Amino acid sequence: MTTLLDKLWSAHEIRRSEDGRSLLWVDRHLVHEGSNHAFAKLATRVASIAEPGLTFGVVDHYAPTRGTTASPAIAQMIKTLESNAKRHGMTCFGLNDPRQGIVHVIGPEQGLTLPGLLVNCGDSHTSTHGAFGALAFGIGATEVAHVLATQTIWQSRPKSMRITVSGNLQPGVGAKDLALAWIAKLGADGAQGHAIEYAGDSVRRLSMEGRMTLCNLSIEGGARFGMVAPDETTFAYVKGRPYAPSGQTFERAQVYWETLKSETNAEFDLDISLDAAEIAPIVTWGTSPEDALPVTATVPSPANLSGTNAERVAAAIDYMGLVPGRALTEIQIDQVFIGSCTNARIEDLRAAAAILVGRHAKVPGLVSPGSQQIKVQAEAEGLDHIFTDAGLEWVGVGCSMCVAMNGDHVAPGKRCASTTNRNFRGRQGRDARTHLMSPAMVAAAAVTGYLTDVRPLLTERNAI
Amino acid sequence: MTGWTEHRGLAAALDIANVDTDQLIPARFMSTPRSGDYGQFLLHDLRFDRNGDPRPDFPINRHPEVNILIGRRNFGSGSSREAAVYALIDFGIRAVIAPSFGDIFAANSINNGLLPALMSERKVTDIITWLDGDSAVFYLNIEKRKIMFDDQTISFTLSDASAQKLINGWDDIDLTEHHRPAIMAYRAQRAKTQPWVFPAQETAG
Ligand code: SF4
Repeated sequence: MTTLLDKLWSAHEIRRSEDGRSLLWVDRHLVHEGSNHAFAKLATRVASIAEPGLTFGVVDHYAPTRGTTASPAIAQMIKTLESNAKRHGMTCFGLNDPRQGIVHVIGPEQGLTLPGLLVNCGDSHTSTHGAFGALAFGIGATEVAHVLATQTIWQSRPKSMRITVSGNLQPGVGAKDLALAWIAKLGADGAQGHAIEYAGDSVRRLSMEGRMTLCNLSIEGGARFGMVAPDETTFAYVKGRPYAPSGQTFERAQVYWETLKSETNAEFDLDISLDAAEIAPIVTWGTSPEDALPVTATVPSPANLSGTNAERVAAAIDYMGLVPGRALTEIQIDQVFIGSCTNARIEDLRAAAAILVGRHAKVPGLVSPGSQQIKVQAEAEGLDHIFTDAGLEWVGVGCSMCVAMNGDHVAPGKRCASTTNRNFRGRQGRDARTHLMSPAMVAAAAVTGYLTDVRPLLTERNAI
Repeated sequence: MTGWTEHRGLAAALDIANVDTDQLIPARFMSTPRSGDYGQFLLHDLRFDRNGDPRPDFPINRHPEVNILIGRRNFGSGSSREAAVYALIDFGIRAVIAPSFGDIFAANSINNGLLPALMSERKVTDIITWLDGDSAVFYLNIEKRKIMFDDQTISFTLSDASAQKLINGWDDIDLTEHHRPAIMAYRAQRAKTQPWVFPAQETAG
């Protein structure tokens, strides 16, 4: 009757306090420039961190993607991380390291993320690593300091939730659409206090890249945890990665990893089902990820809603500069962004390139690969030329326009079709207007200059 | 962090749902050292226009002395940035009352002595309606899980663990140090039974 969550939780629980909190062992702690507050906090109390061998740093949030750092304050953020790493004797993938990339991309890529681990990072999208059947969640600076000092974390056990997706996804529809579909259905706080396990044959058929996109967006529905039980797809991905076990140790590990699944009769506090065939390519129109609709729909009319919801929708439409009742495909965009830990893996770049090859973008845009390794691979496959021939900029690696900390941002009032994870007010820059969608959908928007259903573009391509 | 049990102060409503941490503090301010005043960044882009002038009708501009905020659902959703809590604290906010909170935000709040008080949507709506855009003196008590204002007493929800931390001003690092032997025993056991959980390059060395 146990769930995957039960198994992972008890495997990491060192103690349970009277008030019900568990003290959990942390297998991997990933830090980035934003962890500076935690290191500063620690400096006044302990001389060294508990487990430098289990702590890995990476420059991503402030990494420049076009030449040099945008300001001295930004350069200082990067320098501080690198000097903290040196002082504490932990590995840091710095700016010139071939292993550098966005923290949630390089963890799996380097084999640091494995099934059965507990992974923490001071970034809410740490849920990404749950795609491997790991207990992975984002934490704040005080908690980061605690993990640095003790390699443990106090945590109240979340409730369990399962989202089962069955059936075949239509061509042009992928993990991003799936995630936005359930968030639109349940709301941006629909999974608050819950750990989600994604299940069903549609999830099983997803690649690791797709599963990571799905788990990544769990936090946008309020869940801190998103998980997929490991299987052959997971083991094949992990095998041969630099920090992953090898040889007999790998085989031993796999025997254990195969036990990491919910029992067939396990019960969940919340159990949701989705039909994959019903999911269309999705875009967001508003300022919360729950403001998501099939691209074939129209901008909602606050007049048809009531109470605080009507006010919220009206405010979002006003900020986004939209007209209620208009078709979403009539929304003209100013630029595109392809990047972030949600959708900047090789599969994402291939999906966008497949639409852009031989076509021209009507608007400017950036394509920022998720890691140096992905950049190298994409260039080996000639994807960079597809993007630049279409008129987009192929830039360096980092969080870039996902969080607009490194100087890359969308100008006030401008509208961006983006593969990122948050359409919050001001997320991509002050007064910036963000529409979230999949890489293929961003490519389609680039080609027409409007929010666009990618499916006809796929068929036209097949006809050639 | 010093603990606290009760507080009397001025409350005002921030009648907006989904106030995410990007709104509580825009990312571009986050390279500021903690010694700086984060209060000036609180809700910056809602509070100030593009010229940097305060929007006079924005709640915390109308009531700059507010220290209890009444918010709407999904307050503090989004990123894990603890700076969102620093901005609230530095501005002088001691408690936020809302129907739901982002999980990480709530944990960060407790760690910084800020009370995230959960209350049903209906009760929150009643309070916001009663305030009618004004501010009023509220009294709140963590131990009793109650707020009082006018002639009303309303209870809120907070877990025992969170209440204890706020009241005692506990720092988890001190608490965890007591468990060091158990932690070390766990580590040794893990290394023995599941050696692969330690990174390959480390165990090889
Ligand atoms: S790409 Fe965006 S969401 Fe991902 S780690 Fe960077 S800032 Fe966070």
